[in-house]
Amino acid sequence: MTAHESAAPATRSLISDQELARPGYRAAYFTVLSLTTVLFAAAFLFPLYWMASSALETPREFAAQTPTLVPKSVHLTAYHDAWTQMDIAHFFLNTVWYAAGGWLIQISVDVCAAYALSKLRPVFGKAVFAGMLASLMLPSAALLVPAYLTVSDLPLLHLNLLNTPWALWLPGAANAFNIYVLRRFFDQIPGELLDAAAIDGASRLQTLLRVVLPLSRPVLAVISIFAVVGMWKDFLWPLLVLQDPGKQTLSVALHRLSTSTTQVPPTEMIAGLSIAAVPMIVLFLFFQRHILGGLSAGALKG
Amino acid sequence: MATSLAPRRPGPPAAPARGRSGERSARHARLRRRVADNALAYAFMAAGIVCFAVFSWYPLFRGIVLSFQQDNLITDPQWVGLDNYRHLFDDPLFWTAWKNTAEFTGLALLLGYAVPFAIAVLLNELRHFRGYFRIAVYLPVMLPPIVSVMLWQFFYDPGDGLFNTALRGAHLPTSQWIQSPHTAMISLVLVSTWANMGGATLMYLAALQSIPGELFEAAELDGAGVWARLRYVTLPQMRFIMLVLLLLQVISTMQVFIEPFQLTGFTDPSTITVMTLIYRYAFAVNNDFGLAASMSVLLFAVLGVFAALYLRLTREAD
Repeated sequence: MTAHESAAPATRSLISDQELARPGYRAAYFTVLSLTTVLFAAAFLFPLYWMASSALETPREFAAQTPTLVPKSVHLTAYHDAWTQMDIAHFFLNTVWYAAGGWLIQISVDVCAAYALSKLRPVFGKAVFAGMLASLMLPSAALLVPAYLTVSDLPLLHLNLLNTPWALWLPGAANAFNIYVLRRFFDQIPGELLDAAAIDGASRLQTLLRVVLPLSRPVLAVISIFAVVGMWKDFLWPLLVLQDPGKQTLSVALHRLSTSTTQVPPTEMIAGLSIAAVPMIVLFLFFQRHILGGLSAGALKG
Repeated sequence: MATSLAPRRPGPPAAPARGRSGERSARHARLRRRVADNALAYAFMAAGIVCFAVFSWYPLFRGIVLSFQQDNLITDPQWVGLDNYRHLFDDPLFWTAWKNTAEFTGLALLLGYAVPFAIAVLLNELRHFRGYFRIAVYLPVMLPPIVSVMLWQFFYDPGDGLFNTALRGAHLPTSQWIQSPHTAMISLVLVSTWANMGGATLMYLAALQSIPGELFEAAELDGAGVWARLRYVTLPQMRFIMLVLLLLQVISTMQVFIEPFQLTGFTDPSTITVMTLIYRYAFAVNNDFGLAASMSVLLFAVLGVFAALYLRLTREAD
């Protein structure tokens, strides 16, 4: 999956290297290159720099008429106050817990389903798979209200999942994209390997755990990253099902604090935003090959 | 690769010469085996099927039923026929929300559709800093949406927000941004485009790199300049992915929620959208879940058209 993004185009693109080597073109190329470099820094990196550095300023410096791009002196107070007084620590841990549990449940449920669909091929398996894929076409927005009512009073069981992690975890497990990608990957694992495991006396579950999963590391990595990122970024659904302020995710809590009547100092608020952004940026820098590679693979296969 | 001769399901080979009862018991055993295999498969799928059934299939059905009911979560739901839909059509906010959503989608297409394509074409020609460009354009996509939106909320501050400070510094007229009904919508589109364009840009980039180089080579030999090559080679080669992303973008921008919700709230008629109105009906003002469900059904129907087009398009490609 990562093969595409790392490879510089072996074939030529719109403008050939020979053309670029001509004197006029060369000057134009370096002008465009520097302009793009600066523009990208201004448009995409500067806002993040502004966010991280503004939270280092004193509230007075932040509110000053002439803004300072580099803080005159570095103060960690805003970060500290955000972490303790605004209780960002609590919401941060909430979100970590929701993301970790959601990841585990999503992966276990979807791997098992995809394995059965790909390798055990039960009757009506195709129909079940089609029903799952159909949910990809359902806009999440259209299901919001009935899904909320369902979570507040589960059919048959009459359990109320509101304000519990299950309200995020169980609907998250119904992830057709995961099942689709996993199934396609499992389909490529030769049946002979599984037969060999069966001859050695492995049960279906053991085959899954000892043969299929170790072979599936690359696809599991991509799915895990997208699962964690998706849960960290989610807003509307947690906003509805976790209305108890103590249970909220970081995103929802930031929204609530920004609209609450007690005024939070802007530097503290911005510190909160930075803290919410850091795990995603770190994750991106570590796994950019997986993330960008997953994207381009998706694009090529439509 | 060597093909294995191992049987699919290891077991004692059936003895060839057996009586009638033996044949029947062999068939029996095979049947039992198949039932057991299927039971095992369904055991593996059970959790998944339950999750889909409860949180995806059932809500779809329940949403449609709910749109014909009055339900405030306190008293028992009552059957009201088409009342909810009548209510919707009488509510001026309903029409405003659709108009605003169409406007948001239109503006988001003008900006968010053309810009990533142009950037991808440009980046594909740049021979330096490739990694930097990709990472930079995709960074905003990684941010939690509430972070992007709240960050821009600071930038949009009409007093000493970043944008007006910069405009003042350049002696240009400042703007009220989200505070004025004239510029509020475009301000929402700007932050949304900034936050989301990385994905489309990188998908275009991947598609551009899969165009065979010989096509450009041949065009150049025929005397085609850079523009002609862009027009007659790049564009036709990109038609499919451009159509796919167009449909996907329409589907996602019509569900816009967080930008208006955080920046302008769900009361401002100049920016209320379909999703914020659904939220308002169910959770914020009316506590009327039936009304919200009927609005959802209409949104579903509209998006369904685009989803069907998308399906047809990708099916044909397969």
